[in-house]
Amino acid sequence: MAQDTLEASANTADLTAGKSKVELRNVSKSYGDEWEQQQVIDNLSVEIRPGELTVVVGPSGCGKSTLVNLIAGFEFPDTGEILLDDKPVTGPARDRMVVFQETALMPWQTTYQNIIFGPKLRGDLKGNALREEADRLLVKVGLSEFKHKYPLQLSGGMQRRAELARALINNPRIMIMDEPFRGLDAMSRGLMQEFFLRLFEENRRTNLFVTSEIDEAIFLADRIIVLSNRPANVRKVIEVNLPRPRDYKMLNSPEAYEIKREAMGILHEEAMKSFKSGSGSDFAEAYGKADS
Amino acid sequence: MSQTAAATAVPRRTKAPTGMSLFFYRLGKSLQTPTPYLTLFGVALWLFTWWLLCEGLRVDRFDKIPGPVAVSKDLFSPTPFQGISIYTQEYYDHILVSCRRILIAFSIATGVGVPLGLFMGWSRRIRDYAFPILETLRPIPILAWVPLSILMFPGFEAPVIFLATLASLFVTTLNTMLGVDSIDEAYFRAAGCLGSSNWDIFKNVVVPGALPFIFTGLQISIGVAWFSLVAAEMVSGDLGLGYLIVDSYMNNVTVPMVIGMITLGFVGWVTSMLVRMLGNWLMQWHVKALALQGR
Repeated sequence: MAQDTLEASANTADLTAGKSKVELRNVSKSYGDEWEQQQVIDNLSVEIRPGELTVVVGPSGCGKSTLVNLIAGFEFPDTGEILLDDKPVTGPARDRMVVFQETALMPWQTTYQNIIFGPKLRGDLKGNALREEADRLLVKVGLSEFKHKYPLQLSGGMQRRAELARALINNPRIMIMDEPFRGLDAMSRGLMQEFFLRLFEENRRTNLFVTSEIDEAIFLADRIIVLSNRPANVRKVIEVNLPRPRDYKMLNSPEAYEIKREAMGILHEEAMKSFKSGSGSDFAEAYGKADS
Repeated sequence: MSQTAAATAVPRRTKAPTGMSLFFYRLGKSLQTPTPYLTLFGVALWLFTWWLLCEGLRVDRFDKIPGPVAVSKDLFSPTPFQGISIYTQEYYDHILVSCRRILIAFSIATGVGVPLGLFMGWSRRIRDYAFPILETLRPIPILAWVPLSILMFPGFEAPVIFLATLASLFVTTLNTMLGVDSIDEAYFRAAGCLGSSNWDIFKNVVVPGALPFIFTGLQISIGVAWFSLVAAEMVSGDLGLGYLIVDSYMNNVTVPMVIGMITLGFVGWVTSMLVRMLGNWLMQWHVKALALQGR
């Protein structure tokens, strides 16, 4: 099943598709006027390994989204470099597909039109091949019946699945997910996590997953990168060696508990800093789920 | 009529009705809501007040204004006392001339305003060129343009159309531009990620994303076109509803004046409804989203 997702476009993409690595070297980024610089990312170096699911956690407002924007190529670092398979990132492209917070499906296109948007624009999949590929992905994400509905007619979970399909059809080298399940209710969130894991475990496409929820991170990750409070830097890299395929019960294992304890400790420390620096809402968000 | 009785009497529809039967289905549904009755009552109340002021009580100064009875007597008479009724060709000439002018003015304003607004919203540079000029010209009242337009254009027709165009152009352009501004950055980013060129983004994000604002703007702009047109026709014109109103006043025939006003309101309402219908037809996604919210 490994090459299953996107056989049809395999002829246009290289064989290493989905097995790419991203390297950030000494990346810094700041915003604001000269006299009021807000440093968001400070000298951050990190590697996203090929075929791994790397989860980034950090207190909210610590610069996770900025990190995503930099890797996606929407923004550029002030200093340092971002390398995709040793080539510098120069802008947004189909090899780094982003799944956004909330949803970024075009509300004026049906589910189907959204899914075929990328290949149709680029012209690398046409006619029947494109239709079949889209239909196959629609089945995969369970949205065949909702093919001709508009995104606003879908539930939150369906929207996220449609967005996954829209990204997958492009056979990206790396998937970047920026808190993709934020805003879903607990039930759909759990279901989406399981669905997403199945999808990932199928062909292990390099994935960067950003979240502020530690349980989600442990459940999904091969490696967890814990970021510090703003300006963001790597506080700790935790390897998660829970067996795959994963299931929810593993979250109750001693190993998972140990990881959670360690990560929570660091996040608590970092969130306290931001709490003291005046943004109390961060505290609530990072700790809302702490005891669950 | 209880709910259970209604359910047993009418068999449940399993197929969506089409064409005329859909129309009658909707009509039947709407007759079950209070809306049409409240509308009728509102109109009746308004007519009654008008009648009371002008004909019933003959309030001082209002007695010079023709009431609803006098107006409808003339409007529906084959031989109107004051010259204008639905049987006279002249009445339709006035409507036709005004409608034609609106059509031309609105088309020009939309054809220029929508692209201009889209480009101003999309490109920082085009906005830098055009926005200050637009914002300087926009507050100038249309009536202030009247002398200039008479100097610039020959005849009756061109200045009148120019004034109506100008007024609705500003509204259309500004609304379109704000429409582009209102599009969430995430859509631009998503499109960029999926490999769109700038032109693809313009076609697939900027235009459809701004459409709800554009049509709100067009509805306002056709209203603005009507009232600037009438103002223009009052100053310079040979035919048209605005001309009819002011000409009747000059000649001391008040009934055609009121007929002109009512007709103007009605025709304006119809045109703005047409624009709204066109918008809903073009924006199925928007209509369906609103319907889900119960609107």
